[in-house]
Amino acid sequence: MKSPLFDLTTLFLTLSLLAVGGLASVIPEMHREVVEVQGWMSSGTFADLYAIAQASPGPNMMVVTLIGWHVGGLAGAFVATAACCAPSCLLTYFVHGLWDRFKDAPWRRIVQRGLAPVTAGLVLASGYIVTRGAVEDWQAYVVTGITLFVALRTRIHPLWVMAVSGVLGVLGLL
Amino acid sequence: MATGAQPSSPVPPADVTVQDVTLAEIFLGFFTVSAIGFGGVLPWARRMIVEQRHWLTPAEFTDLMGLCQFLPGPNIVNMAICLGSRFRGPLGSVVAVLSLLSAPFTIVLLLALVYARYGQLEMVRGALVGISASAAGLILSIGFKMALPVMRELWMSVIVVLVFIAVGIFHWPLLPVLAVFATAGVLASWLIRW
Repeated sequence: MKSPLFDLTTLFLTLSLLAVGGLASVIPEMHREVVEVQGWMSSGTFADLYAIAQASPGPNMMVVTLIGWHVGGLAGAFVATAACCAPSCLLTYFVHGLWDRFKDAPWRRIVQRGLAPVTAGLVLASGYIVTRGAVEDWQAYVVTGITLFVALRTRIHPLWVMAVSGVLGVLGLL
Repeated sequence: MATGAQPSSPVPPADVTVQDVTLAEIFLGFFTVSAIGFGGVLPWARRMIVEQRHWLTPAEFTDLMGLCQFLPGPNIVNMAICLGSRFRGPLGSVVAVLSLLSAPFTIVLLLALVYARYGQLEMVRGALVGISASAAGLILSIGFKMALPVMRELWMSVIVVLVFIAVGIFHWPLLPVLAVFATAGVLASWLIRW
């Protein structure tokens, strides 16, 4: 019998290299593999794990840690997290070395200038998507708007705004 | 860019960056942003890297972010790799990634244990609604900070808006969108001299 740790490793090694643009782009594929192909969990459990990962601080890849944990306990959590990082990290390390070596090359400046608007558009889009997913009523829109204003126009640490928002949520005001 | 009067700690201007960064500083920087990074680490990471520790200028941050987005893997982990390597070589990369992942790894497992035991707590859910609404505002603010400097030229503004519509509103798959607009952007950048 094949060990689930082995399957976890091969699955996330592969997804790591497919996750161009960030982990969000392979979530559908991850869901298909984990729920339909491997049958490790139901679709509902996957959604729960995803929600817990969203609630946790840190990179949006933490759902991988939870899938590993669900399948193979603590060892599974370690293996899945490491497998999901290793290939993309190695690739980034070497590409960044090259990228740095051609710092002053004209082609690099052209590429850089061409990618900058794409990058900015993507970050704006993900802000919009997160807003649509997280915000359901007008009170929450006010919180989003105030946070945006504070972050753009003041020197107040955003953590304060976030803490106040959390407290408002606990009090049931959102 | 004026940073205000701060006589006790000489803050370098925004276009001057720190070059000599120790492993301890790398660890502290990434550990902190990942531990407070609710709703995504990117806004906190930009704040730490550009505004607080002056590791990169705003323009350099956008450039590096571009590279990290086009490489596979979580963008922020890629950024940790790049900055770690820039300051302290391979060891710097390893330290940066481990410090970025250790706190979230622990916290997410604890959350899962709590969840497995108590199911969905009403209070926790309430807090999350507030935190996510706030986190959304933060990501938007970073988007604006990155978009405004590149929107001085018309073709760049067009790309920003089209990418936003394709991914944000139409939810088109990321891979083809990236392929098309990266090609268009680089072509435009090459043809339209500055």
